[in-house]
Amino acid sequence: MPDPLTSFVALVGQRSLQAVREVGYHAALLVEAFYWLLFGRWRRQPVRLSAVFKEAVGVGVNAIPIVALASFAVGMMLAIQGIYTLRTFGAEGQVVLGISLSVTREFAPLITGIFVAGRSGSAIAARIGTMQISQEIDALRVIGINPVRYLVAPLLAAMLLTLPALTILSDLIALFGGALYCAGELSLPMGIFFDRSFEVLVADDVIHGVLKSFIFAVIITLIGTANGFNVSAGAEGVGQATTRSVVLGCIGIILADMVFTFLMSR
Amino acid sequence: MNASDLAIDVKNLVTHYGTRKILDGISFQARQGEIMVIMGGSGSGKSTLLRHLLGLHQPTSGSISLLGKDITQLSADAMYDLRKNMGVAFQGGALFNSMTVGENVELPLREHTRLDENTMRIMSRMKLEVVHLAGFENLMPSELSGGMIKRAALARAIVMDPRLLFFDEPSAGLDPVVSAELDELILILRDAMNMTIVVVTHELESAFKIADRITVLDQGRILMSDTVAAVRASDNERIQSLLNRTPRNEAINPDEYMERLTREIF
Ligand SMILES: Nc1ncnc2c1ncn2[C@@H]1O[C@H](COP(=O)(O)OP(=O)(O)O)[C@@H](O)[C@H]1O
Ligand SMILES: [Mg+2]
Repeated sequence: MPDPLTSFVALVGQRSLQAVREVGYHAALLVEAFYWLLFGRWRRQPVRLSAVFKEAVGVGVNAIPIVALASFAVGMMLAIQGIYTLRTFGAEGQVVLGISLSVTREFAPLITGIFVAGRSGSAIAARIGTMQISQEIDALRVIGINPVRYLVAPLLAAMLLTLPALTILSDLIALFGGALYCAGELSLPMGIFFDRSFEVLVADDVIHGVLKSFIFAVIITLIGTANGFNVSAGAEGVGQATTRSVVLGCIGIILADMVFTFLMSR
Repeated sequence: MNASDLAIDVKNLVTHYGTRKILDGISFQARQGEIMVIMGGSGSGKSTLLRHLLGLHQPTSGSISLLGKDITQLSADAMYDLRKNMGVAFQGGALFNSMTVGENVELPLREHTRLDENTMRIMSRMKLEVVHLAGFENLMPSELSGGMIKRAALARAIVMDPRLLFFDEPSAGLDPVVSAELDELILILRDAMNMTIVVVTHELESAFKIADRITVLDQGRILMSDTVAAVRASDNERIQSLLNRTPRNEAINPDEYMERLTREIF
């Protein structure tokens, strides 16, 4: 009989091995997707622009309403909390600075990333997982179509194009939400709010947020597609893959955000 | 038999799923222009053998030559070229659910040729004509019946006029009339296009009707690979029981039985 300690150590070992393997799989997927994007043309298997555009509409354009709504609410919420906190110091005039920096550096990329992960991460995993169990992935391979080139590469390109754009849109809308509240609460005209905001913001702040969104784009794409490809057991497997890709996607985004912010603020 | 007449030449193929040996020492050959039926009970390894013939898995050992090229040694580019000469109809059809029937059939042309839209459309309609699906090109796969899906998959498999055609379980899940029609179609394809056709099936009737030669698989080994007449006349016990549909009742080896029951229990 195995004693509890040995089996615990064995379990930890297995789990770690599995995690390492999974990270390795994601890394390989990323390298291969970039390979096809850059060199597919020379291998007679280009990544089609039409496919990239189709994905860009799916993951980017269609996400505009929800990201806009969330950003507006977050901007307004930041204004409410900011004024409330700063009032204790009698410094509510500084609220513009607080909103501008936290929106561009933190909230816009995070909100955009989380919402796209929730919307598209699950959809990607479900689509590829379903193709896996109905043998459509095998059908692609026997036709001579590399599944990474055909399914992952266009998606990665679309994410890398649209997520930064969505983040900038989110910047503007969140600032608008903040400005609207300040106009009511502090009688601060919207024009002045934006003037002051653009005065304090330097290009670095916006770039900081946009850089994060590139990382989030990679995370969402890899986790969604990898979970899809690894589906093996029927409809239940597809369900698990979608849940997993949303949960892991969101966690991945938050952890990456923390690490990135830590490294960049030193 | 001249080696250059061989469309398929499998030598000593051994394969595993994980640590479990699935195919053991498989060797068989198929000549150009003949219909080779791979027959065997459920779980005998037919689909596994087919997946290896399609180059979807790397075998543990052994060689698989298709049209004179050993696919276990082939470079990715050479395999890509070889795939233009291979067509596959999967058991469940594996039609791409996001595309119409017509787009499904056109896909191999789109990937492998530089034909213009109209030519591709005409060629795909010609193949749909062959499988009696003319006029259905604008339907989605979900709008087709089981028999129609298999025929559409067949149209996609032959759209490049491949020299090798693989067909997994053409009659599974179909009523006798529809499955007889599919058998008819397979014979027509062989005669009209001189294709080498590999059909995997567990249906005896269909096997005897279409086969030039039959390879009988049983628990991962080949029982025999010979002409229809020879298989019918075989006095091998397992083949006879397959032909007469008698259940297997081999004597149990007590040691193996104990080993199976206690395996992987510490
Ligand atoms: N993906 C897989 N992973 C592990 N074992 C498998 C897998 N697919 C098939 N097998 C096993 O391989 C054996 C042969 O299966 P298969 O080739 O599907 O047989 P057949 O097509 O003749 O019914 C079966 O015992 C099956 O359990
Ligand atoms: Mg099978």
